[in-house]
Parts: sequence; C-alpha cells; structure tokens
Amino acid sequence: MTKSNFSRRGVLKTGAIAGAGLALPTYLRADSHAGFTNAPGDSEVVLGFNVPQTGPYADEGADELRAYELAVEHLNGGGDGGMLSTFSSQVLDGTGILGREVKYVTGDTQTKSDAARASARSMIEKDGAIMITGGSSSGVAVAVQALCQEAGVIFMAGLTHSNDTTGKDKRANGFRHFFNSYMTGAALAPVLAANYGNDRKAYHLTADYNWGYTTEEAIRSSTEAIGWETVNAVKTPLTQTDFSSYIAPVLNSGADVLVLNHYGGNMVNSLTNAVQFGLREAQANGQNFEIVVPLYSRLMARGAGANVKGIFGSTNWHWSLQDEGSKAFVQSFGTKYGFPPSQAAHTTYVQTLLYADAVTRAGSFNPCAVAEALEDYEFDGLGNGKTLYRGDDHQCFKDVLVVKGKENPENEFDLLEIVEVTPADQVTYDPNHPQFQGGALGTCNPGA
Amino acid sequence: MDQFILQILNGLDKGSAYALIALGLTLIFGTLGVVNFAHGALFMLGSFCAVTLSKLLSLSHKVVDETRTDFLGNPLQVDVPYVHDWFGVATGDAIIDWAVPLSLLFATPVMIGIGFIMERGLIKHFYKRPHADQILVTFGLAIVIQEVVKYYYGANPIPTPAPSAFKGSFDFGVLIGFDVNAIIYPYWRLVYFFFSLVIIGAVFAFLRFTTFGMVVRAGMADRETVGLLGIDIDKRFTIMFGIAAAVAGLAGVMYVPINPPNYHMGMDFLVLSFVVVVVGGMGSLPGAVAAGFLLGILESFASTAWAVSNLPGINQVIIYLVAIIILLTRPRGLMGRKGVMEE
Repeated sequence: MTKSNFSRRGVLKTGAIAGAGLALPTYLRADSHAGFTNAPGDSEVVLGFNVPQTGPYADEGADELRAYELAVEHLNGGGDGGMLSTFSSQVLDGTGILGREVKYVTGDTQTKSDAARASARSMIEKDGAIMITGGSSSGVAVAVQALCQEAGVIFMAGLTHSNDTTGKDKRANGFRHFFNSYMTGAALAPVLAANYGNDRKAYHLTADYNWGYTTEEAIRSSTEAIGWETVNAVKTPLTQTDFSSYIAPVLNSGADVLVLNHYGGNMVNSLTNAVQFGLREAQANGQNFEIVVPLYSRLMARGAGANVKGIFGSTNWHWSLQDEGSKAFVQSFGTKYGFPPSQAAHTTYVQTLLYADAVTRAGSFNPCAVAEALEDYEFDGLGNGKTLYRGDDHQCFKDVLVVKGKENPENEFDLLEIVEVTPADQVTYDPNHPQFQGGALGTCNPGA
Repeated sequence: MDQFILQILNGLDKGSAYALIALGLTLIFGTLGVVNFAHGALFMLGSFCAVTLSKLLSLSHKVVDETRTDFLGNPLQVDVPYVHDWFGVATGDAIIDWAVPLSLLFATPVMIGIGFIMERGLIKHFYKRPHADQILVTFGLAIVIQEVVKYYYGANPIPTPAPSAFKGSFDFGVLIGFDVNAIIYPYWRLVYFFFSLVIIGAVFAFLRFTTFGMVVRAGMADRETVGLLGIDIDKRFTIMFGIAAAVAGLAGVMYVPINPPNYHMGMDFLVLSFVVVVVGGMGSLPGAVAAGFLLGILESFASTAWAVSNLPGINQVIIYLVAIIILLTRPRGLMGRKGVMEE
C-alpha cells in the first residue's frame, strides 16, 4: 500500500507558506536600493518612538514622549538647542540628521511585549521608521530589541534596568544608555555599608519577573560582599496590590533590613505598606530597622508620598544635577513643559541625540555603520559625566547616582537628594561577568 | 502561633474590602438579577471621591516667595491652601489631614447618584437580556469609567494618607503576651475592619428592621407576587442599586490610605469579589460576607514565606482553587439557596 503525501492538510500548509512568502514585509525582501531597511529619502527621516501610552506606566511613557519631541525639536534647529551645545561631539548643528528633517511616529507598548512588538513592527513596515526607541520595562525592551535585530533597524532602549537587556539577551542592533541592576548593586552597597554597617541581615521582597530576579541577584551578591547576610528572599506576584501578608512576617524574621526589589506601582504599594507596619520606627537585632529601594523613579516615588523619606536607592539621572548638560536639559524641558524631566525622559532624550550623532559621524543611516560609530564611543556633556558605549555588549558605562528620599522637600518635584555620585570605574564589570553570561551579541543586521 | 494570629489579622482587612464589594454585588444580583462587572469600578470611583475631596480641600493660590527659587531658578511660587486663609493655619491643616474620613460624607450622595444614573441610564435596559449581554455591557462600562479616571488623574497611584492620628501601627502581640514586634498591626487597617463591620451591620439592619428592607427581601424572594400586591418593586430595587454603589464607594474611600489608589484598582478587586460571591453563594448576603473574610484570611496564609516556598505560586491560585472545589462539590456556594446555580 502506498501512502500519498499529497493531503488536504499538505496543500493548505503549502498554500499558507506561499501566501506568507508573497505577503512578506518589504524589509525582509532583498529588493531595497540602499542595502538596508527603510533607507530615508533626501528630505526627511522617520524615527519610531515606542512608549507606554496606556497601562500602568503611561505617565512615564508620556514623559518619554515629551523628551522625544524636545529632542526632535532640537535636532531640527528649534527651541534653545538643549544638550546640543553641551554634548562633547559637536557634529549636530540643528539641521536635522544628515540634512534631513527629523519626523517621528509613535507607538503604544502598553507595557506588554506582544503589543510593543506589534507597534514597533507597524512603525518599521508602514511608517518606514529607521530607528526604534523607548519603553519603560525590561520585558518590552528585550522583546522589541530582538524584533529590531531581525528587521535590521537600530534599537535605542529607553528605561530598562534588567541585566539581561545587555546581558544574555543583548543584540548587535540594540543599545542601552540606562544603567542596570548590577550597577545599582555595585553603587549602593558601599553607601549602605557606610550608613548601616557591615553586620546586617537582609530580607528581600522581589517582583516575580525578569527585572526582579536580576535586581535581587545583583543586590544580594553586592551586599553579601560587604558582609551582610540574606535571611530570606520572597517572590511577590507582579499583580499584587496589597503587600501586608508579605511584610507582616518581616519584622519577626530576624532581619533588620528590608530590600524592596519592586518598581512602579509595586514599589509604591509595598513601601507604603512597610511604612504602615511601622518598619521605619522598629528596632531589630539592636539596630534601627531599615528599608532599601534599589531602583528609584521620581515619577513613581511621588505615589508613595512622604514614605520615601530617608530611604536609599539608585537612579540613572536626577534633575538637580549641576553639570552643564543636565542644567541645559532641565532648562529647556522645564521651560517647555513647566516641570522638571524624569530619568526616563533624560535617557530617551540622550538616546535620540546619540543616535543622530552616530549617524552624522558615520555619514550614513546604515544600521551597521551607526552601530560601529556607537561602539566604544566615548562622550561627555549629556548629564552623566564621561560615558563609554562599550562595544562588547552595547551598554553605557557612566557614573551612577545613589539617592535618598528627601526629608524636607521644597516642592513637589524635590523628592530625592543625591547622596553620592559613584564613579563609572566602580560600577564597570567584565563583559563575561556571571550576571551577564548566556547570550551573544551576534552580528549587526542591516536588513533590506 | 504569633504568625498565625498575624496572618488572621492581615486577612481581616483584605477580607473587609472583599466582603463589602461582594455584599454590593450580591445585593444587585439578588434584587435585579444583574451580574454587575462595573462594581469594581464603583469601588475605584469611591477611592477617587477621597482623592478629589482631598484635592479640593488642598486647593490653593500662589504666593511668590522671593527668598527661595524653583527648579528653573525663578522665584518660588508657594501654594497656600484657601482653607488656611479661611480657617487659619492650624484648623486648615486639620481639615486637610482629615480629608479621607470627611470624604465619607462627600462620597455617599455622589455614589448613590452614580448608582442611580448607572441603573436608570444603562443597566435597566438589560434586565431582559441574557447574562452574557449584561456582563459585556457592565464590563465595557467599567473600562470606560477606568479610562475616564485615568484621563483626569493619570496612571500613577496618588498618595492620600490617613489622618496623622491613625498613622503607624501598634504592637498587638504585647497586649496578648507575645514578644515585642511579634504582631504588629497598622491602626488604619483596624479602623478599616471596624468600619466594614459597621457598614455590613447597617445594611443587614436596614434590610431586616425597616419596612423598606422587608419589601426588598420579599421582592428578592418572589418579585412577581410583590408586584401583584401593588408595590412598585422596580423603584425600590433602583434604590438598592444606589445603596450597593454607595457601599462599594465607601469601601473605596476608606481603602485609600492602605494603598494609594490608581485607575486600575477596581479591576484588581472585581475578579476576586466575584469569586467571593460564588463561594459564598450567589444571592446570599451572609454568604458574601463570610466568604469575603474567609478568602481574605486564606489568601493571607497562602502568601506567607513558608507557604510560598513549599508550594510555589499558591498565593496566586488559592482563591481560585477554593472556587473550583466549591463549584465542583457545592455549586450553590457555602450559604447559597438551593437551586441557585444548580440544575
């Protein structure tokens, strides 16, 4: 008996594959004239700003969008020019990028990986975006970065703090200016030792997702290195709103420090609950009980109100910095919008400028040329002091700010005070550090 | 033992919120036969009544302070609340401090009004439609309400603290002979628990001891016969909808100091409250209250470090696990009437 392979299902399958091939997006077909995806014409170039416009991080996304609009304005020669005048590279002159006027399209990531990929894909395929940037979540950043690698466009990450973005999930087309969990641990530990001593017992509450794990790992290893003991580490669901049942047992656990590896709404609620349960006034092991919030976001710290007072954490940038770059940025952002920019706004503004600068220095929009211009590029004047875009993993290395909730804020934006500016050397690690192992950068993909 | 008492206490405040929301859901289901997926949104709207009143009380005018500067280096414009001008600084601050309890007075008429509008304007058109339609329309309404709130108040949580008299926590363990720090419980959560008992007691007393309540109960038991007696039962049920909305709203007002409210908080409670109603028994008021507290406490126990390390994920599924067991073994719920949800 012979068995025919020519079945109904087989026909359907072949048909589907053929159909998919015909409908293949333009960027995957090798018929482009310039040799890379979405090569711009002579008059304008389109950037894709992919930020959370709905969902829990919508306010942070809105601030990122404000910064992008400001960056576009400055690149096109509008406004006061912001950081263009303080940037160590002086190739940007307010005439757009390589003489082309900068236009932009926006997408809504909804802080969901699939939605973020869909909006990025639409901006690349329909709107011809040559670069995608933005985001307020590591899950989204990793997903969109992988998409951009396949599509052959550059991805300039927004707010993403997980080690994995430039660790095991790094990509040749992706670049991160924001700092990461490891750097937070390395910067925070010495300050914690100086303020709270070396004989401490820590209890971690960790958000149950990628960023939470890498942050817990980073803080654990850096605090254990200064002599602290980790008593317990409990994962909390991302959707948790009331943390009382996680916090109530902490005081009686033998711990004298609570580390909240939480971000956004989780951080606001867990910190509020911890303060309600009297942890700030409590004594344990003969010492004052302390709380640590590794990653601060001023926008979200506002939700926790007075509860942040005196609590240590880290941040990528803060508007009260007094270097020329930060002052110029705060001035132009504050004048335009009436309030100071957040760290999310800062990193996205800087990323846009860095991209434009790299294109100009490379003299080409080809992603591989841009990547080459960014790799191992050293710059200054963008608010974090001397910074290196390391070629090995596409991570920026710069000073990290250790901050503390301010005791007597002078206005509603004055929530954090800078305790220490940790020099870049102290937070620099080997590209093969255990916390970053597992992935390969691969090679740059120009698409087309 | 101390951990045991601690988790019971913890479960009580969460249980209070579940019980109050489930009570309203059950009232609506029992009277109007509508499954109201917008009930969580009513809880959230109650919270935002507190936020709104606290903002209103803090309304201020700008006074330029030449001695200080803002973030751009311009002279600082200091906000001076109007209540300071009207009542003096001390009284003004006290009024702002007590914004959350004062919001109860503000939220009650507002929430009853919203309940009325919701019932008369939308839900009454769906009485004769299948449950699926009712669920879809009320769920859609919940999303609309959420987005409206987000438009005006943003997506971030808004801190709205309890009066300073209730800040901090007290050492419950010392009272009953345990070590210091063994059982710590925040004052406001205790307030919330007693507040929920008062509201639940008031609703039960209203239904039990007033003529109005008697008619409503009769209507819940046999709507047609009550109608035949010449009583306009629909009007009373509309009022009950308003009361149910107010119960959810007041639960929301008082919840604000426990967790800063955001536009999404209603959804977080809604699904759990439905499970509470199903476990307690559709249409059974005592069932809703008992199941609310029971599931709150169970959830609290499932979130202990011990439970999570031995049964990973148990904290997230415990309530649904209970719901599955109840639906399999006793579909009418713990205290449900025979025949409801049963073939």
